[in-house]
Amino acid sequence: MRRGPGPTLAAMMVVGFVFLYLPIVILVLYSFNESKLVTVWGGWSLKWYGELFQNDALLNAARISILVAVTSSTLAAVLGVMAGITLARVPRFLGRTLFSGMVLAPLVMPDVIIGLSLLLTFISLSLDRGFLTIVIAHATFSMCYVAVVVQARLAGFDRSVEEAAQDLGARPATVFWRVTLPMIAPGVISGWLLSFTLSFDDLVIASFVSGPGSTTLPIKIFSSVRLGVTPEINAIATILIGLVAFGTLAWSISLKRALARGGD
Amino acid sequence: MAGRSRGMSWGRRLTIAVPYAWLAVFFLLPFIIVLKISFSEPVIAQPPFAPQWDSLSAAWAHITNPVLENYTFLFSDPLYVNSYLNSLQIAGISTLLTLLVGYPMAYGMARCSPTWRAILLTLVILPFWTSFLIRVYAWIGILKTEGLLNLVLLSIGVISEPLEVHLTPTAVYIGIVYSYLPFMVLPLYASLEKLDGSLLEAAADLGARPLTVFWRVVLPLSLPGMAAGCFLVFIPAVGEFVIPELLGGASTQMIGRTLWSEFFQNRDWPVASAVAVLLVLVLVVPIVIFQKIARRGGTG
Repeated sequence: MRRGPGPTLAAMMVVGFVFLYLPIVILVLYSFNESKLVTVWGGWSLKWYGELFQNDALLNAARISILVAVTSSTLAAVLGVMAGITLARVPRFLGRTLFSGMVLAPLVMPDVIIGLSLLLTFISLSLDRGFLTIVIAHATFSMCYVAVVVQARLAGFDRSVEEAAQDLGARPATVFWRVTLPMIAPGVISGWLLSFTLSFDDLVIASFVSGPGSTTLPIKIFSSVRLGVTPEINAIATILIGLVAFGTLAWSISLKRALARGGD
Repeated sequence: MAGRSRGMSWGRRLTIAVPYAWLAVFFLLPFIIVLKISFSEPVIAQPPFAPQWDSLSAAWAHITNPVLENYTFLFSDPLYVNSYLNSLQIAGISTLLTLLVGYPMAYGMARCSPTWRAILLTLVILPFWTSFLIRVYAWIGILKTEGLLNLVLLSIGVISEPLEVHLTPTAVYIGIVYSYLPFMVLPLYASLEKLDGSLLEAAADLGARPLTVFWRVVLPLSLPGMAAGCFLVFIPAVGEFVIPELLGGASTQMIGRTLWSEFFQNRDWPVASAVAVLLVLVLVVPIVIFQKIARRGGTG
């Protein structure tokens, strides 16, 4: 399959990628628009960014979102590594089918169901809605993504390395820290990043389980988007897109360097 | 593993038990609670449903004598039946459209040089890392009556009246295809990339025209990737809330929106729970099929 796409296929690909990127480009462009109207170009301006940094409610929501995302993705990484190792390395235990079902189901379960069911659970357990409940909810679905990534990574490695370490007298904990963890580290890092993004982006589940003092950034954005398009939202969107683009670029460059060094 | 003959080590037991317990409490238990509340009746109290399971005998009395009104209500009011059917229809059509847009992209990528493959793969994954909400929001500015699409089409004279796209089912289709395209392209690309080039050459050497090679060789071999991609788009699209809420009008009632308004506006917890239970039942078959494919490694 190295003959290169023909002209028809190439044209279809270009259309696909333009479709994928044009809305984002337009969004970014109009964040620098002087005019408040989306269809009127009033010249280049940074005034919406200025207004953004005066909007305390929005900044506070962003702060809460970052805190929730860091906490929940760290929790998800720990739980997900455990679940991933279990799925990849323990072929038989009581209720394994149920366990692997519970790991895969949240990946495709609609957000409204996860949100509603968790909220009703928190109420039944008399947990007050707020920062903690959002963290628990996000960690629950994020750990499944981490588990899948870690499992896939472990499946690519031979078990014999771990067994050799064990035969040479390493205790299980030593085997984990010195052999297994270094092998799955790239998977854990990308799982953590994925969890961070999913948490930072989640609107529906957070809307169900958040309390009065814990409005996250998506909840804030959603309530202002419902009232109409404003350039201020374009400005915050541009900052977020810029961060992601920068992060991806830095990640792929560091990956290339690591590959050039002959690492993994 | 050496530990197996001696029974499991404590560390291993803990590695299984901790995530197992977490998922049991925060994923399985919530479903049981929703199921229980869907068979309860709404009351004006805190919490707004009855009966409470404050003792084992109360729980047993409830299990043997469940309240069925919420379900009969869902089937008697066409609003609910229609929003289920609507969701399935919209998700089904969007999945087909996503496949039509995504297949040429994945196939083209698989035929590129390794350098281009890496670049295009990053380009497909990148939108996935940017906010879903913001990408849906971007379409409002394009599709609304005084938006960019109408501005461009009116100024080049293609149309004389502005198109009404925003707040219609068409806008929802565009939103779903746009948001879920990476989920379709990635598994398709994974299965097309593995395709053995010599098979295509063999078919061509035996006199098959390029289109025949595609229909008879490439397409059948990419079926696992197609299936994985379609389920990854279809299942979440059925329960989608943000896209119909922001891009669809009052006419595009999807089940995720119905559940949301039943809970947040009507504050009828038992009916909202019944809506959720039926949505899970609708999705059980596709989810089980998807898990079978995922276990066989169809997602790559």
